Amino acid sequence: MTDSETTETVLDIRGLTKSFGSNVVLDGVSLKVGKAQTVCLLGPSGSGKSTLLRCVNWLEKPDQGSVYLSGRRIGVREGGHMAMSNAELARERARIGMVFQHFNLWPHLSVIQNIVEAPIHVQRRAKDEVMAEAEILLDRVGLAAKKDDFPSRLSGGQKQRVGIARALAMKPELLLFDEPTSALDPELVGEVVAVMKKLAEGGSTMLVVTHEMSFARETADEVILMDGGRIVETGAPGAFFKNPKTERARQFLQRYVS
Amino acid sequence: MSHGFEIVWEHSDRLVAGLVNTVVLSLLGAVLALMFGCVVAMMLMASNRVLALATQGVVDLMRCVPFLMLVYLVYYGLPQFGIDFDNWTAGLAALVLYNTAYMAEILRGIWKNLPRETIEAATAFGFQGRRLYTRIIFPQVFLAAGPMVGNQLIQIIKDTAFLTIIAVPELTQAASGIQAQYFVPFAAFIVAIFIYWALCALVEAGTFAVERLAEVRR
Repeated sequence: MTDSETTETVLDIRGLTKSFGSNVVLDGVSLKVGKAQTVCLLGPSGSGKSTLLRCVNWLEKPDQGSVYLSGRRIGVREGGHMAMSNAELARERARIGMVFQHFNLWPHLSVIQNIVEAPIHVQRRAKDEVMAEAEILLDRVGLAAKKDDFPSRLSGGQKQRVGIARALAMKPELLLFDEPTSALDPELVGEVVAVMKKLAEGGSTMLVVTHEMSFARETADEVILMDGGRIVETGAPGAFFKNPKTERARQFLQRYVS
Repeated sequence: MSHGFEIVWEHSDRLVAGLVNTVVLSLLGAVLALMFGCVVAMMLMASNRVLALATQGVVDLMRCVPFLMLVYLVYYGLPQFGIDFDNWTAGLAALVLYNTAYMAEILRGIWKNLPRETIEAATAFGFQGRRLYTRIIFPQVFLAAGPMVGNQLIQIIKDTAFLTIIAVPELTQAASGIQAQYFVPFAAFIVAIFIYWALCALVEAGTFAVERLAEVRR
């Protein structure tokens, strides 16, 4: 973080590498996400976007490099090379909200229970307070009427909006979205994108892996194109979509933006 | 009526006393076996390969022992090592020991087939250790386990009948006592069978209720 930057850095990824066997998935990726910024990660499938996201909260353990959240290193104890214990790692993970491609709601819990589960049992916050907040969150994602339903009774778009409310209930410093609309029927994408736009405008700090180009174009502060485990191009969405600097980006846009 | 049903009826207090023991032994046995089964299932699912394999070995061994043999071992064998139970406790111990292996195997099978994603989501939200098990994994396992655990409970109820050989005063023992004393074997045994059937029907009803709960929760 330098003085010249106007916003404080929430997420700082430095030189991340990750291989599965001989397959190099991340090849030295560095990026920053500033407070209240929305950064979209674009790229063909297999380019390492999702793995990068999963390395942020150490669902995948990176081989090299480091991840800092608001200046605190994730996964490694302060000062040293000692890995964090599971309990320490869990505490850091609770600072980050995550929204999954396949929603991954807890099927044994009702909608409202899904939302309050981690705030009550991980963050150990007072139940009354958390419940009241959850009702407000459900209202914000337009699902107040569904609070006692179980996930199996919801449509994909509704599930994903619950997934977003569940992440927000943690009051996370950072929100990770892993292809949040890719598993949805086309007609359900809009309702989820609308909620995400509201969040971005409301000052949430978001790192979003997406194939939803309109979302990236209209909402992102910065778009990052990845390919083959590396960042190919970074830029403001206006410039990126109109005048991509690299040949790779031009090819990508031709294929994905009709 | 001359098949002896009136005699059995006269001594229904003995059948009721036996039934109470059968019910208490079955329920206590099932609950304890399920509790220990959770612990053993965690050992079976442990990332430590040695622990998982060793546990699997013990579980497999236990499942291969005829229950009657285990009852003999606990009641007659263990006192040789200074471990002395009364009949009732020995019976319960054998029930729990035997069925823990089955319960653990049932729970492990369901656990293995849980969608990994819901557990991963819990990890991402900061669940780990005990809370991951009690809040996320076991509730899902239990819901899905309903029919199989119900089935095992029926097995346990029937296993309690074996305990008559170490003179546990359960239902079979009571029926057997009545028929021997008054020589009314048909009436005594058919009444006992009917009671066992009624117990199993109750278990079936309970299983059905759990299944209905589980239906919307998956």
